[in-house]
Amino acid sequence: MRVSALVLMSGLALAFAQTAVTEDIDNITAAYSEDGRYFTEDDVPTYNIQEDGTIDWLTYSGFRRYHSECHVCHGPEGEGSTYAPALKNSAIDMDYYDFVDVVTNGRKVVRGGGGDSVMPAFGENANVMCYLDDIYVYLKARGTEAVPRGRPRAKEAKSDVIRADENACLG
Amino acid sequence: MKKLTALTSAVAICAAGMATANDDLQTKMDNPNNWAIQTGDYANTRYSELDQINRDNVGDLQVAWTFSTGVLRGHEGSPLVIGETMYVHTPFPNIVYALDLSNEGKILWKYEPKQDPDVIPVMCCDTVNRGVAYSNGQIYLHQADTTIVALDAKTGAVNWSVKNGDPAIGETNTATVLPVKDKIIVGISGGEFGVRGSVTAYNTADGSQAWRAYSMGPDSDILVDPAATTHLGEPVGENSGTNTWEGDQWKIGGGTTWGWYSYDPDLNLVYYGTGNPSTWNPAQRPGDNRWSMTIMARDADTGMAKWFYQMTPHDEWDYDGINEMILTDQAINGEARKLLTHFDRNGFGYTMDRETGELLVAEKFDPVVNWATHVEMDKSSDQYGRPQVVAQYSTEQNGEDVNSTNICPAALGTKDQQPAAYSPKTELFYVPTNHVCMDYEPFRVSYTAGQPYVGATLAMYPPSDSHGGMGNFIAWDGKKGEIVWSLPEQFSVWSGALATAGDVVFYGTLEGFLKAVDANTGEELYKFKTPSGIIGNVMTYTSGGKQYVGILSGVGGWAGIGLAAGLTNPNDGLGAVGGYAALSDYTALGGQLTVFKLPD
Repeated sequence: MRVSALVLMSGLALAFAQTAVTEDIDNITAAYSEDGRYFTEDDVPTYNIQEDGTIDWLTYSGFRRYHSECHVCHGPEGEGSTYAPALKNSAIDMDYYDFVDVVTNGRKVVRGGGGDSVMPAFGENANVMCYLDDIYVYLKARGTEAVPRGRPRAKEAKSDVIRADENACLG
Repeated sequence: MKKLTALTSAVAICAAGMATANDDLQTKMDNPNNWAIQTGDYANTRYSELDQINRDNVGDLQVAWTFSTGVLRGHEGSPLVIGETMYVHTPFPNIVYALDLSNEGKILWKYEPKQDPDVIPVMCCDTVNRGVAYSNGQIYLHQADTTIVALDAKTGAVNWSVKNGDPAIGETNTATVLPVKDKIIVGISGGEFGVRGSVTAYNTADGSQAWRAYSMGPDSDILVDPAATTHLGEPVGENSGTNTWEGDQWKIGGGTTWGWYSYDPDLNLVYYGTGNPSTWNPAQRPGDNRWSMTIMARDADTGMAKWFYQMTPHDEWDYDGINEMILTDQAINGEARKLLTHFDRNGFGYTMDRETGELLVAEKFDPVVNWATHVEMDKSSDQYGRPQVVAQYSTEQNGEDVNSTNICPAALGTKDQQPAAYSPKTELFYVPTNHVCMDYEPFRVSYTAGQPYVGATLAMYPPSDSHGGMGNFIAWDGKKGEIVWSLPEQFSVWSGALATAGDVVFYGTLEGFLKAVDANTGEELYKFKTPSGIIGNVMTYTSGGKQYVGILSGVGGWAGIGLAAGLTNPNDGLGAVGGYAALSDYTALGGQLTVFKLPD
């Protein structure tokens, strides 16, 4: 229900068809971790939630960055708005590399009725690009409802490697 | 009402011999059969002398006719009516229709600009537009991409156009323009993109620039006389637009000017407010950040500032100061005063002397406002005029990367741009309000031209002890600074109000209801559900001698973004999902004008 509404709303039909082949691949479950980051068996970033509800640092960081950079158009917690589609669904429906491509280079969907949908290119925006994986894994966790709406509670500490990478990226 | 008439005739005398274009607009505004300016009049009272529709018969109201705008986005502002022609605007792509009211609304002409759609995502919070303006036979459209077009009101032909800003660095427009004499006064949006706000006057004859006043920067940029321009009665001094900033931060300092403008013809002063300083992370911009968050009074001819009042020095909550300034003539303690009343995002209702900039009243217009205890009114205090910030709710004092919780109001303010109305009969202000609180966590961001420059994470939710809704529609006594009555609403009230001589006050709701209430008691007299949520402003006019009431519906804007999925309180604990109503359960997109009348 949500997916078909999204396709109609955002004209994502094309992207959806391209990525449908990935359906039988597990794009969600964390297979291994490296320096506080989690990946699927195909090396795609993903979230990790421990039994006591503690979430990984990137997912928490993604919550913050999403609500700074994305939510003024896409609504709180990836839920979508009258203006832009629900990214919690996009993060599930879209291939990771397509997701990165759209954020980096932007996309236009012409619908008429003043409803043209334009995603800007964030490729030069360090506040987005340095946290792209953070935002992606947060939205994926929202898409599966592994992380509920609202502010995440317990989180893993920020690893030294993540901290160093962040500083290097922000310059 | 007598006072208003007296003022008008005084103006006519003053203006005689100046052969100014606003004679035309002033005459048309004085005739209540027209709705000649978005704000109802120069004073922004949104009051109409029409009284065919009144307290006793408004319950019989019915739909007279409707008009689809063909656009889906959020519809703010309202149509204008000049004589028997109605001018209807839309959000991006900013179409203008001229409708013939004497011929069943037939479309006389349509103007649709060509705009680069790249402007769409640079507009924070939807592609709204608050309507066209009229003076001297021209309709002024201020497009999303900051192009201002002067159209021949009769034919829709383009007389001239001029570009006020550059969307590539985040400069956009959502506001209407204010025609004054032979100029139009024009603002700019982009506070979330590090735009340095400014107000510009263009000559209506050819679109050439007359003056520009920035909100911050050197004295020559902000158009002040350091010795004569005052702040709370004291000269602002030299370099007031840079000396409360660190380094060059003022160059991307915000203070944009996307709200409403008013004008006092007697004093020849234009009034408006400036928006938030950039970024939302207060730690990145130490100092008071003047003149963001400021009420400004400027000479209409030269732009020179007469007085400023900074309501929220060093903003820590995104409480833009852009809401309308309502100009009234009322007696305080038996003394006739020229007043300016302003309901700020920060939750305080301010009453000021509009001639001198003296602060008379500053009181909370929602009891839940908690970020400041009060505004210091003791003139001998070094804190005079400053809000007394509560440490617990100070995102500056709590610091970067710390989540400050339960701050009231939320960043969208106790009231946003949705304009209030004032009735000289009741001497009450009718104010659409938000009843929403927030968590606010600031963090460091870097600036890239044309990219969002926000630097804070927000979560919004209704106050814990609220009536369960997210808005109120209140009547306010501006002399005392007191709420007279308050009507709870399920959602924020995001529609501009209209007060009339028929003792009726109208407003719209986000579910899509047009409501009429008794101006004295607030008693609900009529409601009708329009096709989409209302974020437009109610207006009234006559055609063929009969009074009509018009409202644009078409949900969107910040309300459509923030409330579409419903709000949750992150402090309610895990799993407390969907605790509050979702707007998407009540309404869907679609721009339409609905016009009401009494039965024939």
